[in-house]
Amino acid sequence: MNPQISRLALAALALLVALIVATTYWQTWAVAGLEARKDNAIQRVAQFSIRRGVMYASDGRTVLAANRRKKVKGQTLYFRRYPQRGLAAHAVGYSTQVRFRTGLERSLNDYLTGANAHLDTVLDTTLDRLRGVTIKGNNAVLTLNARAQRVALKALAGNCGAIVALEPRTGKVLVMASSPTYDPNAVEQNYRLIKRIRAACRPASPLLNRAANGTYAPGSTFKVVTAAAALDSGRYKLSSTFVDPGYCIEYGKRVQNYDTTRPFGRVNLLQALQHSINSVFCEIGKTLGPETLVRYAKRFGFYSRPPLETPEDERTASGLYRKGRLFEPKDSSQADPGRFAFGQERLLVTPLQMAMVAATVANGGIVMKPHLVARILSPGGSVVTRTKPRRLNRALKPESARDLTLMMEAAVSAGTGTAAAIPGIRVAGKTGTAETGVKGRNTTSFIAFAPVDAPRVAIAVILENQSGTGGKTAAPIAKTVMEALLGVRSNS
Amino acid sequence: MTERNRELLNLIAVGMLTAIGFASVYIARSAEVSAGSLSYAGFFFLLYLVAHLVGRYCVPNADPYLLPLAGLLTAIGLTEIYRLDPEDAFRQGMWIVIGVALFSLTLIVLRRDYRRLESYKYLFGLGALTLLMLPALPVIGTTVNGARLWVRFGPLQFQPGELAKIMLIVFLAGYLREKREVLAQGRLKDFGPLLVIWGGAMLVLVQTNDLGSGLLYFGVFLAMLYVATARLAFVLAGSVLFAAGAFGVYQFVDRVQQRVAIWLDPWQDASGDGYQLIQSQYSIANGGFGGTGLGQGTFSTTGGTELIPYLNTDFIYSALAQELGLVGSAALLLVFMLFVVRGFRIALMTDDGFSKLLAVGLTFTFALQTFIILGGILRLIPLTGITLPFVSYGGSSVIANFVLLAGLLLVSHRANAERR
Repeated sequence: MNPQISRLALAALALLVALIVATTYWQTWAVAGLEARKDNAIQRVAQFSIRRGVMYASDGRTVLAANRRKKVKGQTLYFRRYPQRGLAAHAVGYSTQVRFRTGLERSLNDYLTGANAHLDTVLDTTLDRLRGVTIKGNNAVLTLNARAQRVALKALAGNCGAIVALEPRTGKVLVMASSPTYDPNAVEQNYRLIKRIRAACRPASPLLNRAANGTYAPGSTFKVVTAAAALDSGRYKLSSTFVDPGYCIEYGKRVQNYDTTRPFGRVNLLQALQHSINSVFCEIGKTLGPETLVRYAKRFGFYSRPPLETPEDERTASGLYRKGRLFEPKDSSQADPGRFAFGQERLLVTPLQMAMVAATVANGGIVMKPHLVARILSPGGSVVTRTKPRRLNRALKPESARDLTLMMEAAVSAGTGTAAAIPGIRVAGKTGTAETGVKGRNTTSFIAFAPVDAPRVAIAVILENQSGTGGKTAAPIAKTVMEALLGVRSNS
Repeated sequence: MTERNRELLNLIAVGMLTAIGFASVYIARSAEVSAGSLSYAGFFFLLYLVAHLVGRYCVPNADPYLLPLAGLLTAIGLTEIYRLDPEDAFRQGMWIVIGVALFSLTLIVLRRDYRRLESYKYLFGLGALTLLMLPALPVIGTTVNGARLWVRFGPLQFQPGELAKIMLIVFLAGYLREKREVLAQGRLKDFGPLLVIWGGAMLVLVQTNDLGSGLLYFGVFLAMLYVATARLAFVLAGSVLFAAGAFGVYQFVDRVQQRVAIWLDPWQDASGDGYQLIQSQYSIANGGFGGTGLGQGTFSTTGGTELIPYLNTDFIYSALAQELGLVGSAALLLVFMLFVVRGFRIALMTDDGFSKLLAVGLTFTFALQTFIILGGILRLIPLTGITLPFVSYGGSSVIANFVLLAGLLLVSHRANAERR
C-alpha cells in the first residue's frame, strides 16, 4: 500500500501548500486593493487609533480640532473634539465614524494621520509602528484669525450668508465664516441638534459651507469685473462719459436702474461705479460683448473651482450657469450682455470668488492663490511644510487696478457703500443688491479692501433674504470684520 | 536520545513559546506581564507534561513530534482565543483538559493492542451512523448558523459529527483491510458498500445542509479506498458521483447556492451574505507580511461591535493571520504540514493493513479538514463552517482531535517497537 500512501501524502501536502500560496496572495498581492476599499472597517478603525494632528488658528494657540481619548475593547482610539465648536466648523470640517469627514479634516487627512510622504513623517510613523506605540499625526496651523472669525460669525448671526476675508498680498484666508454654523461635536454625538438649527432661510443647511460652496447672484458687485474689463481692454477710461436715461434698452425692451425715479444724466465711469448705475454698465456690456466679460471673469478665477485646501466638492466655480451647469456664451444671443455686466443673467458666484476679486484689485491686478493652511508641524514641533504665497495669474494691468481702486474708494467715501467707511482708514468697496422678485428676499453683497494705500484685508460679504440693499446690510458687516482684522477699535 | 526524551525537549520548547505568546497578549492588553499570563502557560505546560508521562508509560516508542506539534497548535489557538475573549479561553482550557484526559484514557485502554478494534468494525460503523443522525432528531438536534450539526443536552452542546468521523475511519480501516482484494477486482457487485457510503455521505449532506462535512467524509473515504485498492479509477468514479450529488444539492438547497455565490463574489451582497467573508479578507489583508502583533489586531468597530461573526471558531485563522502576518500564518501552516508528514510517515512505517489504513485515515482527515475550512476562508473553495483542528474554539473538535492524536501515537508506537 506504500506507493499509494506516498502519493496521497503528496496530494495532502499539495492542498496545504495551496493554503500557503493563497495566504501569500491575500497578505501581499491583494492588500493594496482591499485596503483601498471604502467599506474596509479595519482601515477606518485604524485611522481612529492614530492620534490625529491638532488644528490651530493663525495665532498657533487657539485649538480648533483636538482629540478625545477612549478605550474600546482594549484598544485606545482617538475621537475628535472641537473646543471652539462652531467657530471654524466649515473650514475645519469634522472627522467622525458614522458621517465620515468633511472640510480640512478630510483633505488634510494624510497630514493629520501622519500618512503623508514627507521623509521625516515617514520615518517617525515607521519607528512608532515598529515600536508599537501610538502613531501621531502632524499638526496644522491655519491662516484663520480666531478673533475676526468670531466677530464675523457674530455679525452674521441669525442670517444666512457668508464672509470671506483674504490677505491680498499673500492669499491667506483670514476669515471664512458661513452662517448658520453648527457645532461639529454634535455631528457624532447628537445629530438631531444640527437638524434643529434654524436661520433666515429655508432650508437652513448649516453643514453647507456657504463661503466656498454657496452660489449667489452677485448683483452690482460684479460691476467691478465689468469695469475691470472696460478699463483693461482699453475701450474705456476713468473719464469716459455716458448719459444715463434711467434705463437701458436691450432686445428692444427697457431695463430699469435700481432707483428708477431719478436718472443721473451725464456721468463718467467713476461716477457710474460710485453710484452703481445699471444703464451705464448695461451699455458697456453691450459694447464689450459677453465673450469679453467671460474672458475677464476667468482672469479673476471664475469658471474654475477656486484653489483651496478644502475638498474639491466643497468648492464651487463661479460663472454663468445654465440648467445647473457652467456655460460660456459665444455671442450676445446666448447671454444677455447688459444684464451680465451688472451681475444678473444667471450669473452665480461664491463669496470666496468675490473676495478674490476684491483682493486682486487690492493686489495691483495679481490674483494670489488663496490658502487656509499656514504650516504643517510635526508632533515634535518642527515645520513639515510651510505655505508660500503663490501668484495664480495677472488679471489686470497695474494702471487698471489703480483706476478701479479709485472708483471703489469713491463708492465708499461718497457713494452706495458709505456704511463701510472706517474713520482714519481709506476703504475701497462695492455694493450689490440682487432682487429675487420677492420683497424681503434680496441677496445683498459687499466687497471691499483696506487700507487703500497698502491693503491688508480684502473681504466679501454675501447675505440671503434681505429686505435692504447691500449698502445697508452687507457693508456694515464688512466694516466690523475689517476693523477686527485691522485692529481698529470699533466705536459703534 | 530516546523518543520520549526528545518529545519532552520539544514540549519544553512549546511551553516557552506559549509563555511568550500569552505574555505578549498580556502586554498588549494591559501593558504588563502579570502572573496570570505565566500561570496560563505553566498550567498548559503541566497538562502536556501529564500527556507526556502517560505516553511514556503506554507508548514509549511512539513518534516524538506529534504531541509537541499538537501542543503548539492548541497553544496558538488558546493564545488567540484568550486575546479575543478570556472567558472563552478558560472554557477552551477546560476542553483541552478533557481532551488530554480522553487522550490518556485512549492510550491506557488500547496500550496492549489497538488492533482488536478491527473486530468491532461494524459496531464502529453503526456508531458513526447513529452519531451522524443524532442532530436530525427532533428534540435534541439544534441548528446553528443554518447547519444542523449540533446536539444539545441541557446546557451542553456537542457536535457528534466530530467523533463520528473517527469512528468512521476505524470502520473503514477494518472494512477495507478485509475487502481490499475483492474490491480491487472491480466487479460491480462489490461496489454495493461504496454506493451505500456514497448515499450516506449525501444523506449527511442534505440533512446537515453542509457541503463541507459531506466533502470531508467522502474525501476521507475515497482516500482510504484508493490506498486500499490502488485503483485511481475508483477515486475518479467516486468524485464524479460526489460531484453529481453535490450539483443536485446545489440545485435544491438555497444555502448551498448562497455559499457558492458568495465564494464567487462576496461583494454582491457586502452587508448581508458576503459580510463575514469580506470582513475576514480585510482582517487577513490587514496583517500583511509581518502582522499587527499579538493583541494588536483590530476585530471590532470604534463602537466596540465585533466585525467578524464566529471569529474564534470557524474564522480563527482570519484573526491569527492579521496578528501574526504572512510570516506567522505560513509558520502555522508549516506546523500543520509537519503534523501531516509525521502522520503519513507512521502509515508508511507500520506493516499491517489495518494500521496503515487507520493512520492514513486519521492523517488525511486532519489535512482535509484543515484544507476545507482554510480553503473556504481563503476563497479557494466555497466556505463551510468547520473547525480548524486543535486551533479553533470548540469542545467537540478539541476532544475528537486528541483522540485522533492518541490513535496515531498508538500506531506509531507499535510500528517502532516492531522495528527494534
